[in-house]
Amino acid sequence: MTGGTSQRPQVFRNARLLDPANGVDETGSVLVDEAGKIAAIGRDVVVDPIQQDIAAVDCQGQLLIPGLVDMRVYSREPGDEHMETLKSLSRSAIAGGVTSLACMPNTDPVIDDVSLLQFIQRRAQSVGLVNIHAYAAATKGLHGRELTEYGLLAENGAVGFTDGNRTLANPLVLRRALSYASLFKRPIIQHPEEPTLAHDGVMNEGEVATRLGLAGIPAKAEVMIIERDLHLVEITNGRYHVANISTAEGIAAIRRAKANGLAVTCDTAPHYFALNDGAVTDYRTFAKVSPPLRAEADRLAVIDGLSDGTIDAIASDHAPHSQDSKRLPFAQAETGVVGLETLLPLTLELVHRGDVSLATAIAALTAGPAKILGLSAGRLKVGDDADLTLVNLNHAGRIDVANFRSKSKNSPFNGRPIEGRVLRTVRAGVLVYDRLADARLAEA
Amino acid sequence: MEPDATSPSASESNFGHRHLLGTEGLSRSDVSQILDLSDQYVEQNRQVDKKAGVLRGRTLINLFFENSTRTRTSFELAGKRLGGDVINMSVSTSSIKKGETLIDTAMTLNAMHPDVLVVRHGDSGAVQLLAEKVNCAVINAGDGSHEHPTQALLDALTIRRRKGHLEGLNVAICGDVTHSRVARSNIYLLNTMGARVRVVAPPTLLPTYVERLGVEVHHDLRDGLTDCDIVMMLRLQTERMQGSFVPSMREYFYFHGLDYDKLAAAKPDALIMHPGPMNRGVEIDSEVADDIDRSAIHEQVEMGVAVRMACLDLLVRNQTAPWGLNR
Repeated sequence: MTGGTSQRPQVFRNARLLDPANGVDETGSVLVDEAGKIAAIGRDVVVDPIQQDIAAVDCQGQLLIPGLVDMRVYSREPGDEHMETLKSLSRSAIAGGVTSLACMPNTDPVIDDVSLLQFIQRRAQSVGLVNIHAYAAATKGLHGRELTEYGLLAENGAVGFTDGNRTLANPLVLRRALSYASLFKRPIIQHPEEPTLAHDGVMNEGEVATRLGLAGIPAKAEVMIIERDLHLVEITNGRYHVANISTAEGIAAIRRAKANGLAVTCDTAPHYFALNDGAVTDYRTFAKVSPPLRAEADRLAVIDGLSDGTIDAIASDHAPHSQDSKRLPFAQAETGVVGLETLLPLTLELVHRGDVSLATAIAALTAGPAKILGLSAGRLKVGDDADLTLVNLNHAGRIDVANFRSKSKNSPFNGRPIEGRVLRTVRAGVLVYDRLADARLAEA
Repeated sequence: MEPDATSPSASESNFGHRHLLGTEGLSRSDVSQILDLSDQYVEQNRQVDKKAGVLRGRTLINLFFENSTRTRTSFELAGKRLGGDVINMSVSTSSIKKGETLIDTAMTLNAMHPDVLVVRHGDSGAVQLLAEKVNCAVINAGDGSHEHPTQALLDALTIRRRKGHLEGLNVAICGDVTHSRVARSNIYLLNTMGARVRVVAPPTLLPTYVERLGVEVHHDLRDGLTDCDIVMMLRLQTERMQGSFVPSMREYFYFHGLDYDKLAAAKPDALIMHPGPMNRGVEIDSEVADDIDRSAIHEQVEMGVAVRMACLDLLVRNQTAPWGLNR
């Protein structure tokens, strides 16, 4: 299944091609060659399948987009394979239309060394369903003190440096990280939460936290880190990326920095525009995430940030957890939700409601993250691997965690009505996911 | 199910709750029903023979994940005076340390078919989580900084017996509101009953948006006590003071401790209450605490047993089906 060296050429015909990277939105075809590369794109592609021995796929006017790029997932392998393995992660990804993803270094052991990075790559190769990229830890052991070997790690494929869901809190360390990583053109990904201010907080500070008697984390804990870091970006010229941006003020700070020409980017996750802190009423630990779900005004600001392009990417922030780590009193429960299989439908909610254009939404799932990580993905380009996702934009259904391919089911979205679903996922020309076959399998 | 003949209440029970997890969500008639029944148990508890039979054949488990002497003893007495079998379990020292989760513990106890679980836990929401997993009635005896409903009910009973009513009274809740489950339960209940509630504390001890719970906010104790009918002092929970919420105990007492000088701002007949245990010389001056004319602190303890008897009675009456048919 790993995209053999030679396969029959294929043509995906009669598709609504949407490629925000190239400003394409037209009905046409994609021709894929024997090597699984894109050979031609557009309305002008004319082939005779029978004459030329090409496999033809009639897309029946459905949406054909570049395979989605998810820039933040927690793989749990190595260390917590009972929650997720790279294999189950990959299956979850293709069911969600994702063909490229980047794994966080927060595993056991932490990915802070070339040999560990190579381990991930070897495992990814042997699973072979999706393009698995990896971040390396920004500091050894995620302890926030000593930098890892950025140069060697970058040469071995690290797409960026991050301490995952731990904030790079020490300004001196962050300054050096930004400065040194710029040599290798890799971004530093920051988890925006001032840890000493957040202290023992477990949810957003506000009325809900007060009623529930839970310690709150103020929105300012995010804003302070972002604003502080922007000063460091100015003096280092480093590439700085904010993960999981969730506050109105944090987004405003990024908007200003971009207007001033700083090399900064940011992403958010679907739960920050699909839910607010009311979702943890009744101590729902499945809605416990980090940073915490915010107030309604912040949720609306996230949507505005996506709509005007301040937010460059939407990442699933896929964080599998076993029941044991979630079925606990709220303060003790782990943070995070499984997100690969709900990434696209939750994003499409914004489109169906008219909050964000389809092209902008798809860009945040494809070209946006690919550009941040410097990947040849998230676009339809002749000569690139044919990573494609076929989507029925209007299919109405409900999220059902029982159908998730992920080993973990910790989603706050179970039962939520959705519109739009993935029909097929193609990676390097190979059909790796087919909803119809999946449905037949489920019935059997 | 027929009300037990030995129950002091002859009225039909219409208490529609399976558990007592908080005062948020209790209606005015729920509260009145509990308080009316409690009044009858107060009388019964003052008799030589204090025993009733409404819990005969029933099992009550006191499941305490946090240390407690007063509340646990109060529930134990309440259960025994109603004729139930009472078992005390302190879990903080045993199975939790072995890695058993709260839900494991709940399921294990559930399999032993208790009728009522009285639960105290250090985490907000833990009692609700446990209640979702068991078949019996659950009473929250305090969960983290969330709720402690029987404390608020016994406070209401104390006030109602002294003042004759709750509606329209000015009640000042003073001290560490942020970490106080007693404060939250009292705010919900007193608002439901039509009292006017104020909180008085330095801003570091008040949670954000506390005013949205329907209270007036004061930072100066004299201001906050002006024209008050009821002064409720909260314990400054030193064990929870991990950050520096207040710089020192003596500074706290100087500004926020209740003494006769500050109490002069309240109405002359203002009642002083405290959920106990008191930190004398921290939140309350010893003299004030011991003033038998003003302080209702010992009466609160007495009311506690009666209120807990009433709550047990109402919840058990509600259990209509025997074990096995209920599942």
